[in-house]
Amino acid sequence: MNNIVTLKDIVVEFDGERILDKINLDIKDKEFVTLLGPSGCGKTTTLRIIGGFLNPDSGTVTFDGKNINGVPPYKRNVNTVFQRYALFPHLNVYDNIAFGLRVQKLPEKEISKRVAEMLNLVNLVGYEKRSIIRLSGGQQQRVAIARALVNRPKVLLLDEPLGALDLKLRKEMQIELKRMQEQLEITFIYVTHDQEEALTMSDTVVVMNGGKIQQIGSPVDIYNEPENAFVADFIGESNILNGLMVKDRLVEISGHRFECVDSGFGENVSVDVVIRPEDITLVDPEKAHINGIVESVIFKGVHYEMLIDAYDFRWIVHSTKAAEKGSSVGINFAPDDIHIMHKSKDISAHREETVNEE
Amino acid sequence: MKKLSKAYIILVLMFLYIPIFVLIVFSFNTTKSRSVMSGFTLDWYIKLFKNEIIISSLINTIIIAVLASIASTILGTAAAIGINNMKKLPKAIVLNITNFPIINPEIVTGVSLMLLFVFFAARMNLEFGFVTLLIAHITFDVPYVILNVMPKLKQMDPFLYEAAQDLGCSPLPAFFKVVLPEIMPGVVSGFLMAFTFSLDDFIISYFTCGSSMQTLPVTIYSMTRRKVSPEINALSTIIFLVVVVILVVKNILERRSLSKAKGE
Amino acid sequence: MKNKLVSAPYLVWMVVFILVPLVMVAYFAFTDNDGHFTLDYVSDVAQYTPIFIRSIWLALIATVICLVIAYPLAYILTGLKTESQSTMLMIVMLPMWMNFLLRTYAWMTLLGNNGLINSALGLLGLGPFKLLNTEGAVVLGMVYNYLPYMILPIYSVMVKIDKSILEAAADLGCNSRKTMLRVVFPLSMPGVFSGITMVFVPAISTFIISRMLGGGGNLLIGDLIEMQFLGNAYNMNLGAAISLVLMVIVLLIMSIMNQFSADEDGVVLM
Repeated sequence: MNNIVTLKDIVVEFDGERILDKINLDIKDKEFVTLLGPSGCGKTTTLRIIGGFLNPDSGTVTFDGKNINGVPPYKRNVNTVFQRYALFPHLNVYDNIAFGLRVQKLPEKEISKRVAEMLNLVNLVGYEKRSIIRLSGGQQQRVAIARALVNRPKVLLLDEPLGALDLKLRKEMQIELKRMQEQLEITFIYVTHDQEEALTMSDTVVVMNGGKIQQIGSPVDIYNEPENAFVADFIGESNILNGLMVKDRLVEISGHRFECVDSGFGENVSVDVVIRPEDITLVDPEKAHINGIVESVIFKGVHYEMLIDAYDFRWIVHSTKAAEKGSSVGINFAPDDIHIMHKSKDISAHREETVNEE
Repeated sequence: MKKLSKAYIILVLMFLYIPIFVLIVFSFNTTKSRSVMSGFTLDWYIKLFKNEIIISSLINTIIIAVLASIASTILGTAAAIGINNMKKLPKAIVLNITNFPIINPEIVTGVSLMLLFVFFAARMNLEFGFVTLLIAHITFDVPYVILNVMPKLKQMDPFLYEAAQDLGCSPLPAFFKVVLPEIMPGVVSGFLMAFTFSLDDFIISYFTCGSSMQTLPVTIYSMTRRKVSPEINALSTIIFLVVVVILVVKNILERRSLSKAKGE
Repeated sequence: MKNKLVSAPYLVWMVVFILVPLVMVAYFAFTDNDGHFTLDYVSDVAQYTPIFIRSIWLALIATVICLVIAYPLAYILTGLKTESQSTMLMIVMLPMWMNFLLRTYAWMTLLGNNGLINSALGLLGLGPFKLLNTEGAVVLGMVYNYLPYMILPIYSVMVKIDKSILEAAADLGCNSRKTMLRVVFPLSMPGVFSGITMVFVPAISTFIISRMLGGGGNLLIGDLIEMQFLGNAYNMNLGAAISLVLMVIVLLIMSIMNQFSADEDGVVLM
């Protein structure tokens, strides 16, 4: 597949502060890409650069093989669904959706046909004459999507579009957005801070923090093979421990040595070790190297979440079986559940390698 | 307590309205007396309409008010947009200077403009009259336009302008199609305020109009200097009626749009 | 960012027609006819101290009277139904829309020796009293002209007081008088201060009201300035010096009052 958008060495600074620090990103055509990260990580800034609302201080933006640095938003074949929708309050539903087509001066007949298509797509048939102010949040959301999609952009940018909706509606819209993207076969670039949303919808997830890309990969890769402690911590809950890579396939945690599957870190190197809470099994204390006391047990619906105090570290464990509070337990995990990663300081150097490999 | 309140309101209203009603009543008096009604006549109205000075100054006033309010609306709306995008410090400085003509005593504003014009009249070929009057009116009108437009800009979703560009509008059409409709209420009320202040202004006009060009308030002032003149009563009556009609219509329109918004 | 350019024409206008004229006032105040620096005119202002004191005094009395009349009225208005509130407000503000020269002229005809008031008193065998061309007439003119400027800010601050605050006061044991004293009054203070500025500033600088109702004997600062520019005295440098002093007085009062006033949104000009 071709790359539709390519960002190369993008740098953005505001008042001397680096918002984006050498971002390199290839986005493939017809892909659902999510920029994921905490607020202030630079994800929205990246989106605004693709949309043309912001010009990078340095670096190039390529769209469909052409350099589009400095091309204003109204000349880009890209449309945006804004965070708070930015619907035009003085226009009704129909006129909002028709806005872009009227700017292009299409014949009214064509416009009404395409608007009708869109209303159909977003399930708002019959709402044409409604005033924008009289729509619910979810309906406004649909109008915003229709208004952008009616222009048949090659890329649709979505800036935390579901942030203002309640949980149930958000879940519905996630499925619907994915359906639209597959049906229309266009690229969606989606910004969110919600890791679950990112994992649900995306083909590719781009995890960002501190103006840098931390990891690019499929949801499964990101979840199972986080490249550093930040990603591990941000995606799902994790136990992140200091470890020492003794040699290939052998790591020391909490004074005990464990077999693992990672190699290539060198010998006697400090590393971060990540173990997912659901990968841990609780066993009798004598059957495990690491022991602890069950500090709390919370019922979470599908599983129990337990905190185990193991003297030098507090473990989070997810299990369908509850241990007794105050009891002594052993903590057990398999070699391939141990994820080894470089200490966070080395993230950027490490990242550049992976980006170049792609 | 309720009766007391009612009586109080009536008392204040009497204080506000009796002088005006006396003016109106005596505008129909056959003699120049201000205390005795001798008979009913419309003579003063006829005289008023035949008074060329009054008619020409009325026309001057309207021309100046229309031109000044249109110019200040354009100038002020553009200014408000620019100021809204400024950084904190320059914004505060510009807004403080803008407020000056509003908070300063009118006489000081009038005098300061007169001094400026005197200074330039001596050096360039500037004469007091239409131009100086227009400049003065625009100067005291613009702050009111800015004052009315700024809050609307602040309320506006800043992403609307970007959304229009995203949908293919270049900056100027984006402004007219999206931003202007959003801030229109502020622009209209700014324009109306500028227009009424221009129509009504006496003090600043008095210092900047010179002798060749008079606005209606300046003419009224020179008429009051000549003491008794029932033509002024006739003029007051007409102005009062115009004001009442405008305000009643305005209120009815406002109420209708309000109940419409509620009813929908 | 590029939008900043659209304010450029106004910024030029602002500098040339707001800032430069104020500089002109200072320039004329500190120079003589030949353009040489002098402090004569500014020190000459001192000899008009009695006029300054009279202006401040009369404006102060007018402001106090306005406050005394306006405060209860604003309070009564907020107690009316919403519909009648806006109607009443319109009726109260309506005279403001007539040119103030005409409003002042109306009192001229009422107060004159042959005016309606003296004629009415004459029928009762009283008078005629000298009503026109007195300090009292000047104060009356100020009150009449500027009263709505006091009513409006007080009303708009009062009407915004949350009803639940009043209920809370009642719940905590305040009767209506105590609620008024302990809750409404302190909360309405910003409106009061705005009103005081809005009445006091035009009152202290007026020259029409004193000219029309005060005759020649009750000169105010405004008259003094007007005489230097368009009247018999004709001395622009002295006029500029007096204007400068007036401006300083007003700005001083405003900056004190602004500490307590309602913010811009609180004051609704009609």
